[in-house]
Amino acid sequence: MTGHVTIRNLSRSFGTFAALRDVSLEIPAGELVALLGPSGSGKTTLLRIIAGLDLPDAGQVLINGEDRIARHPRERGVGFVFQHYALFRHMTVGENIAFGLRVRPRGERPTRAEIRSRVATLLDLVQLGWLIDRYPSELSGGQRQRVALARALAIEPRLLLLDEPFGALDTKVRKELGAWLRDLHHGSAITSLLVTHDQEEALELADRIVLMAQGKVEQVGTPAELYTRPATPFVLEFLGEANRLPCRLGEGGAAVLAGTGDVLAHGLEPDHPLARSGADVTLYVRPHDLLLEPEHEGPVVITRVRMAGAFAKVEALMQGISLTALMPFHRLGASGLREGEHARLRVLHGTAFAAEGVEHPAALRFEARGVTVPA
Amino acid sequence: MLAPTADLALPRGRPARNILPGFGLSLGILLFGLGLVLLLPAAAMLGDALTLGPAGIRHLLATPRVLGAFKVSLGCAAAAAVTSAVFGLLIAWVLVRTQFPGRRLADAMVDLPFALPTSVAGIALSTLYAPHGWLGALLAPLGLRVSFTVLGVYVALTFVGLPFVVRSLQPVLQDLEAEQEEAAHMLGAGRFQTFARVIFPAILPALTAGFAMAFARGLGEYGSVIFISSNRPGVSEIVPLLIVNQLEEFDFAGAAAIGTVMLLLSFIFLLAILLLQRVARGRRNG
Amino acid sequence: MGERAQFPRRGGRVTDRLMIVAALAFMILFLLLPLLTVFAQAFAQGLSGYLTAILDPATLSAIRLTIIVAAVALVVNVVFGLAAAWCLARFRFPGRPLILTLLDLPFSVSPVVAGLMLVLLYGRQGWFGPWLEAHDIKIIFALPGMIMATIFVTLPFVARELIPLMEEQGAEEEEAALLLGASGWQMFARITLPKLRWGLLYGVLLSNARAMGEFGAVSVVSGNIMGLTDTMSLDVKALYDSYNIVGSFAVASLLALLALVTLVAKTVLERRFLFSSSATGEAA
Repeated sequence: MTGHVTIRNLSRSFGTFAALRDVSLEIPAGELVALLGPSGSGKTTLLRIIAGLDLPDAGQVLINGEDRIARHPRERGVGFVFQHYALFRHMTVGENIAFGLRVRPRGERPTRAEIRSRVATLLDLVQLGWLIDRYPSELSGGQRQRVALARALAIEPRLLLLDEPFGALDTKVRKELGAWLRDLHHGSAITSLLVTHDQEEALELADRIVLMAQGKVEQVGTPAELYTRPATPFVLEFLGEANRLPCRLGEGGAAVLAGTGDVLAHGLEPDHPLARSGADVTLYVRPHDLLLEPEHEGPVVITRVRMAGAFAKVEALMQGISLTALMPFHRLGASGLREGEHARLRVLHGTAFAAEGVEHPAALRFEARGVTVPA
Repeated sequence: MLAPTADLALPRGRPARNILPGFGLSLGILLFGLGLVLLLPAAAMLGDALTLGPAGIRHLLATPRVLGAFKVSLGCAAAAAVTSAVFGLLIAWVLVRTQFPGRRLADAMVDLPFALPTSVAGIALSTLYAPHGWLGALLAPLGLRVSFTVLGVYVALTFVGLPFVVRSLQPVLQDLEAEQEEAAHMLGAGRFQTFARVIFPAILPALTAGFAMAFARGLGEYGSVIFISSNRPGVSEIVPLLIVNQLEEFDFAGAAAIGTVMLLLSFIFLLAILLLQRVARGRRNG
Repeated sequence: MGERAQFPRRGGRVTDRLMIVAALAFMILFLLLPLLTVFAQAFAQGLSGYLTAILDPATLSAIRLTIIVAAVALVVNVVFGLAAAWCLARFRFPGRPLILTLLDLPFSVSPVVAGLMLVLLYGRQGWFGPWLEAHDIKIIFALPGMIMATIFVTLPFVARELIPLMEEQGAEEEEAALLLGASGWQMFARITLPKLRWGLLYGVLLSNARAMGEFGAVSVVSGNIMGLTDTMSLDVKALYDSYNIVGSFAVASLLALLALVTLVAKTVLERRFLFSSSATGEAA
């Protein structure tokens, strides 16, 4: 019986610092949702308020329709995993996991045998059965986090909250644990809320992402939605690198490169209000959507060609604008791109927003698709 | 051990509203305890002192006996604190920066004056420096009379104040970065120069804090002093003894007045020490 | 000791040696000799003289009284210390810095002044005097007063050890316990107290040593009627004043032994929990 969470107009300030500003959100039952954002965005504050570790200045938190703010955290049925595990150092792994069951009031407390069996089941679930009598100090970071998770699950919560659970771990362990959490969620389908500042982690693990900045929600959506249809430039740039090309909107919603008159891309939404007004926009193009082709007198000058893992990264300059293009490493030779040489640029796919300082009503984005180039 | 915990400026970004329970109860016990044992008695003393009226207080404090007692207490405490500071620095240095067999034992011994009850220390020192005592006999030919003189007060207060300086300096000395000294040495400074210009300024706040603690303690010390001192008014009578005498004569208002002055001095010292320790901590971590 | 600047020192070794000698000489002179004097004087009349002094009924009653006073003070200090530490380490509220400063006051106040304050409040001529007399409650010149004076001088010990320890440990484990469903008392008993046990023991050790050895404050408050209201510390003075030197030092030797035991236990504890707290950096 997992929980579905409704947040209405939540606000919280610390002194003069506004951590949350009138945040409203719906979290459907059974989903793994990531609260993503830079530090100071309010995501941890939001998580702690939902958990009951903090009280908001205004607003409501409803779990399955019931107002939870007045209730003490222990009555919320919420499981919490801390960034630094918060395991009870003077208790063994088994005792840690059993804790939530042992402190239940007499009437609700399971028998010792039941507790033992539950602990064993949970330890098997996190694949650490052999560590039951060890102390936290004897465990690695990844193991500790799994124990913390088992401990939180022991009380059969309706909601699982994780505060940057992999933040204190090495990259490799982080990825392993992330994948493992994903599988775990598949099996249990408890509504889970994960706070992270790592966009890759959010994109990989979550069913849904809530991107926050400066106490407000920037966008909510699936990873695909956020990546391909960002609502604001902030969202776009937070989720990955992007080239910024200053353009003007021309006939038929085409994006025309400022200063050269080259048509870079054609709009997908010709009826978009922006498309008609000849507005100044910034066209954001991801490095792997930017195509550079050698051209003797082209406007682009290649400044650097580097290997970055499985990709080749090509840095270039055009009219004072820095560009980065990414291509699979094996295509670098065939592309003919070399440092110091000239090239022209093509856009495969991009998103445009009204340029800063330009006055425009509400809607600020449309998509452009460039000329398709045969692979 | 007089290291205050007052942590006057550490905002934590933690809300004052907290889901941790027990605030009311714990605060209640805290305030009840402080009130009953500390605040109410202090208020009583203040009230009694004020019955003399400001003129009366000034008059009392100007009495030769009272003035004499303060001179003795302040003078001896200051001199003793200086001695403690000098030798405390030496001892702290030796304990932190050198190795010798029994260093751990010596380190533990430093706390002896702190652990030893004051009356025990008092009779021990008195006997030790008495004319036929082990040290008294040694000093007599030099013309130095420690027992039953004001010099005895000075010796007793040095004994009492030593641990404060050593314990205040040790952490700071331990945390001094080797690199700074190495840099000074590479630039050509000799050992003494390095000490004077690099090390000493760094440990000065801690040293001053230790000095202040020894001073404050020496000012209020009673048990260690009354046996070795002749307790002659104006010559070797310390302020705490004066207070005791006044109590025996039922001069409550007078005792209260002097006690209030002592309390005020303690408070001022406490604040000074707090500040110095904050500076010392800042230098350590910076 | 860590890495010290390891540059070559010409004559450095000699200076080092000189300093060690000077420091040790000073310590022997000032610290060790007084301690040895106590034992030397106590046994000046041999073992029989020592035992006679120790087993004297007045001495035994002084020992008993000291233990009672220290025990009561201990319980009060632990309760107070835990409450104070919980309140001051886990919460922030207006007036907190002031309370923290007040908590240190008993350390810098003269014990005589402490006793004086209590007399002026609870004594016959004190503020509460008439009320106490009317209800036939004796505080000054009686056991409750001595206990109170002892509590005054030992009040901060436990709290001062626990506060930095609790701040360093952080509240996460306690929060986790609450989230797992523990009630306030369950959290306190199962999580908070176990984490504090070494710091608590250390504070209790120091507090007890001070309680048993306290002289000035208890002297003022107890009126010094021998046999009736004497702790061991006071007994030392009483015996000395009546020229029973051996007796005085015999009792003193017991207190000195207590001091030595305290020092040893303290050193052991410091090493033990030096890894989990920084409290000892400024403690002495």
